[in-house]
Amino acid sequence: MEKKKKQKDIKTFFKKTSKKDLKKILKHGLPKKPKLKKKVYPNFAHEKINSHIVLSLEESGRTVESIRRTERIGNIASTTVLYIVITILALFMIFPFYWMIITSLKFNDEIQATTQTFYPSIIMWSNYVYVFQQFKFGTYMGNTIVVAVFSTIGTLITTITAGFAFGRLQFKGREAVFMIFLMTMMIPGEMMVISNYITVASFGWIGSQQTLTEAYLAMIVPFIISVFYIYLLRQNIKQIPNELYLSSKVDGKSDWEFLWKVVVPLVSPTLISITILKFMGTWNSYVWPNLVTNNQDFRLISNGLRGSAFTDSITGITSYGYQMAATVIVTVPLFLLFVFFRKYIMRGVGRAGIKG
Amino acid sequence: MENVQSELREQKSLTATNDFFEKRPNYSDSYDQERNVVIRLVTPPKKNAKAYKITGIEDVASKNNWKAWIYLAPVLILLVVFLLYPLINTIFISFLKNYNYATGTFEGVTLENYGIIFGITQYNGVYETQFKDFAIPNTFVIVFVTVPLSTMIALLISVGLNKLPVFKKFFQTVFFLPYVTNAIAIGMVFSVMFDDKGVINFIFGSNIDWLHSGQLIGMIPLCIYIIWHSLPFKILILLSGLQGIDKQYYNAAKIDGASSGKILWKITVPLMSPQIMYILVTSFIGAFKEYTSVVGLFNGPGTITGTKDMYTMVYYIYDNLSSHTSFAAAAAVFLFIVILAFTGLQFAVSKRRVHY
Repeated sequence: MEKKKKQKDIKTFFKKTSKKDLKKILKHGLPKKPKLKKKVYPNFAHEKINSHIVLSLEESGRTVESIRRTERIGNIASTTVLYIVITILALFMIFPFYWMIITSLKFNDEIQATTQTFYPSIIMWSNYVYVFQQFKFGTYMGNTIVVAVFSTIGTLITTITAGFAFGRLQFKGREAVFMIFLMTMMIPGEMMVISNYITVASFGWIGSQQTLTEAYLAMIVPFIISVFYIYLLRQNIKQIPNELYLSSKVDGKSDWEFLWKVVVPLVSPTLISITILKFMGTWNSYVWPNLVTNNQDFRLISNGLRGSAFTDSITGITSYGYQMAATVIVTVPLFLLFVFFRKYIMRGVGRAGIKG
Repeated sequence: MENVQSELREQKSLTATNDFFEKRPNYSDSYDQERNVVIRLVTPPKKNAKAYKITGIEDVASKNNWKAWIYLAPVLILLVVFLLYPLINTIFISFLKNYNYATGTFEGVTLENYGIIFGITQYNGVYETQFKDFAIPNTFVIVFVTVPLSTMIALLISVGLNKLPVFKKFFQTVFFLPYVTNAIAIGMVFSVMFDDKGVINFIFGSNIDWLHSGQLIGMIPLCIYIIWHSLPFKILILLSGLQGIDKQYYNAAKIDGASSGKILWKITVPLMSPQIMYILVTSFIGAFKEYTSVVGLFNGPGTITGTKDMYTMVYYIYDNLSSHTSFAAAAAVFLFIVILAFTGLQFAVSKRRVHY
């Protein structure tokens, strides 16, 4: 029996240790086990010399053990309280989402009832069916995706080229131009909206005879530049070591090739963050599309959501069930995006605050 | 005589090569013929003297001088057209009388627009009161209620979150959820919750029509919504700051027997001051520009259809954009000045209070 056990042990040993380790063992022999140092606590009870210390500790009614015990109990108690408080606060944060989903599944009379229920008595999937029929989800969704895709591509191109110029290339007046860029971050966007509206109107993109392409142009072009993203990317590009640039120069690469073959792959995490945040921004944008479009069919998802009436066809009262079903439909894609790209979103948002 | 000098020269050449690799004091020897002594002038070593230097970086980079502007061209064009020109143009428009953006006509330059929006001068025989009575007070209430409150709550939550031994990531994600939502959609959810037959009245047993009882009561759900919506960003930034604090400070404070409140105010807050400063600056600016939350919650500028008592400054700007462009421009310039003054003030305070 013992022999078998030993054989098994040897087999498992070979399976567990990697080739590198095996080579080492062959060279140097088995590694010696480090001796575990036992922590030695003085035992006050058995040492006569220290008896007065024990006495003084016992006089105050607390030995080392009892102090430790109370500390541990206090720790456990405080962490439980902390968990309870955090959980309650988290529930507060989640409650609107819960209420949105619950209301979207309720019968309208139940929503308007004096006693509110925290779970629908009848689950009304028909709310969603109605909303999909009435709310032009496909149109708004299509518009939003077109605007999001093109403005994201535009932003990425301008951000990459400008970030590269500021972060890698050297030219006269670089710092001065960059300072102007940073200063524009301080200006509230509302200052620009008025003139931008006039500018876009003078391009002929706004008016009663607005076509879909013109509406798209009006919604995309003013937003394919973001000073903040340029700043983010410049910081990132500055961290790329000089040696890479020099070696690509030695290999006879031009700046343009270096940018797309070396820089862009290296900064791709930042680019992904920018892409997602820009997408979310378009999904949430309300003001500008509302201003520059006249036709309901040209608008984006937020405009469609707030612009639709969702009134009951018989009573004429706003049906919260339909309304909430629509908000669920608008919110779910964002949540999916968040689930898949949580790391990039949180890093992109948090990056700004790290350096103060 | 010549012998000595040649010897010296030899020595010097030797030491020169040595100096190249070691940080030795530079010295130069000369021979004084009259006194027959060698005079050695010693200069201290240069700081950060490099043993070797790659030459050529500057040369390679400076060649790109004109090419860099090509990289910058798309951004610069967009920046000028959609950021710098509008800024100047808006200020210009705010001084024009009866400006019509479609035709570009105006009747001279005045200061009247500012007088009109502040209710000092009459416009068409009537005093315009919406900006003075609703927009300015509402905006300032939002700023001074939501920013301090949400920053405090975010600080407490993030300190609590940082102490959690397990489930930290999970709770962090939960508290970040409100960030990835459509402001309009969740505003609509809040308007359902704060309905007179809604869940808030049901839970608290009250019978208040939160959204339709005038300016003061309407402010309560609005501020709650804004705080709820602004917490995630702050928690994320503060948490990343908290994780950067050295644990030694806390251990030292524990040994000194400091209470947890004292630890928070004397250690955490001062060490987090760059992050808190960043949050305060951005959220003050954000609160001054509050707009979509009002649209989501009230579906219009007023608590009762027809009134405009929930106007914020930005709402006023957007509402008057095409009908009274000059008023909107004047309001935008006012907003710009207020934000600039606030940011300047914060930076002035931070110079004394923030520890970098």
